[in-house]
Amino acid sequence: MSEKEVKNLEEIFEAKIARDEKIEPKDWMPEKYRKTHIRQMSQHAHSEIVGMLPEGNWITRAPSLRRKVALLAKVQDEAGHGLYLYSATETLGISRDEMFEQLHSGKAKYSSIFNYPTITWADIGAIGWLVDGAAIINQVPLCNTSFGPYARAMVRVCKEESFHQRQGYEIMLTLCNGTEEQKQMAQDALNRWWWPSLMMLGPTDDASTHTEQSMKWKLKRKTNDELRQQFIDQTVPQADILGITVPDEDLKWNEETGHYDFGKIDWDEFWQVVKGHGPCNKERMQTRVNAWENGQWVRDAAMAHADKQADKKVKQAV
Amino acid sequence: MNKDFLIKYIYGIADNALILGQRLGELTGHGPTLEVDIATTNISLDLFGQVRSYFQYAAQLSEKEITEDDIAFLRTEREYLNVLLVEQPNRDFAFVIGRQFLFDHFHFLLLTEMQKSHDQTLVAIAKKSLKEVSYHKRFSSDWIKRLGDGTEESKQKIQTAIDDLWRFTDELFHLTEDDKKAVEEGIGVDVSKLKETYYKNVAEILEEATLEVPELKYFQEGGKKGIHSEHMGYLLTDMQYMQRTYPGMKW
Ligand SMILES: [Fe+2]
Ligand SMILES: [Fe+2]
Ligand SMILES: [Fe+2]
Repeated sequence: MSEKEVKNLEEIFEAKIARDEKIEPKDWMPEKYRKTHIRQMSQHAHSEIVGMLPEGNWITRAPSLRRKVALLAKVQDEAGHGLYLYSATETLGISRDEMFEQLHSGKAKYSSIFNYPTITWADIGAIGWLVDGAAIINQVPLCNTSFGPYARAMVRVCKEESFHQRQGYEIMLTLCNGTEEQKQMAQDALNRWWWPSLMMLGPTDDASTHTEQSMKWKLKRKTNDELRQQFIDQTVPQADILGITVPDEDLKWNEETGHYDFGKIDWDEFWQVVKGHGPCNKERMQTRVNAWENGQWVRDAAMAHADKQADKKVKQAV
Repeated sequence: MNKDFLIKYIYGIADNALILGQRLGELTGHGPTLEVDIATTNISLDLFGQVRSYFQYAAQLSEKEITEDDIAFLRTEREYLNVLLVEQPNRDFAFVIGRQFLFDHFHFLLLTEMQKSHDQTLVAIAKKSLKEVSYHKRFSSDWIKRLGDGTEESKQKIQTAIDDLWRFTDELFHLTEDDKKAVEEGIGVDVSKLKETYYKNVAEILEEATLEVPELKYFQEGGKKGIHSEHMGYLLTDMQYMQRTYPGMKW
């Protein structure tokens, strides 16, 4: 293709996005667009899958049958989100196996929040309330992103995430209406999950790299700092209803701005976890790799069986 | 009328679903593929749903003020009446599938017969559960065929699992005193009559999967009388952790 032709295609592409039309897998797209989407979408898929682990940690110990069923269903939803996102990413010309390979080798990232341990039942409430809550704030704008398969996946995923969020909040509410011991459990969980949840919305705008390009492609509509403010403004009143305290001494309502002011985020901790040195990075990766390696013979068997069946069909046809 | 036999009869059925559901719950997030992960979690979900129906009914029948959770979480090991088969650990995927397959075929026959019970609540539960269990049976039977007629390695692994788990199958067809009473009352299913069909159906699938049907003289039993394997205590330790640590609280 000549330079002129490429230029032409680029213009058509940009115009399409500007008109709010979706880019579909078969459409021409700049290589950078493809790569950026593979990176972001696979990272999102990995987050769903790794995110199953901290919550799955409480399936066998859920405190009631009702909670057990709800937790199983939630973790199953996350697996569904992963599956859906991997499939959407595959339309860009990468296989699921390749994506797993990138996850297992550490080349691909996943949301850092899942590198924190779930040590009490209240953590299951806190994750639903805060982590699914922050995920929704990140993801709702993506329902209108430019890449069609991603936008459609997000519409479906967001519906389920808001259900998870309410369910998590309801766990917290039950704890906070319970005994002193239960209320303390809820407070302790908020103390541990609050700051990592704020970090989930990404580095501050001045430290964030891809923002401008992402805005143009509608991979992003608001900056990380705007999203973080939105999350805080929405979540603090919810903590008030629960009657537990957000662990930030500098947190206070600002009449003038109409937002909450909040304290300094420990970005050193954030980067430490991103770089692989959080409390559970090693465990999470080991678990994923083990599941994959232990499953190899199963996947091989399924493949071999399918081949044999196909052979039989061919023979019958002859 | 003293409903004690009926409550025990219900435990005998529901505990199988409870303990197998618990075992499957251990696998979530660790499956060989995402699709399998979703499927085993789904089966676990179905089983716990069934457990809730049974235990809510049993709680109603009880003269004591108890809930489904008291029944599920606060009995001693000797009071759980599940068969030994379902408490066997997830040694590898072949054991997971072998256990599921050997149980599903029984479960399917049991629920089919339970639809004829004189107890309308049990009939309703059976009808609803049967749809789910038909799916479980298809899932596990399909995997038996894939693993049996897959690679050399998978064949050997699933054969080992079937051979090992076979000793627990006979217990499925035993009747406790309470079961016998339930049968006499026209409520319970005489599981001893399901045995022949069960082994015939299971053998058919195994043969299709190019696997050997084990021949065994000696079988294990005990679960139905509350005498469990050494694995059971650890399973219960996990399952009862919250209820034991924080007695009397609402969650
Ligand atoms: Fe998500
Ligand atoms: Fe999700
Ligand atoms: Fe979620």
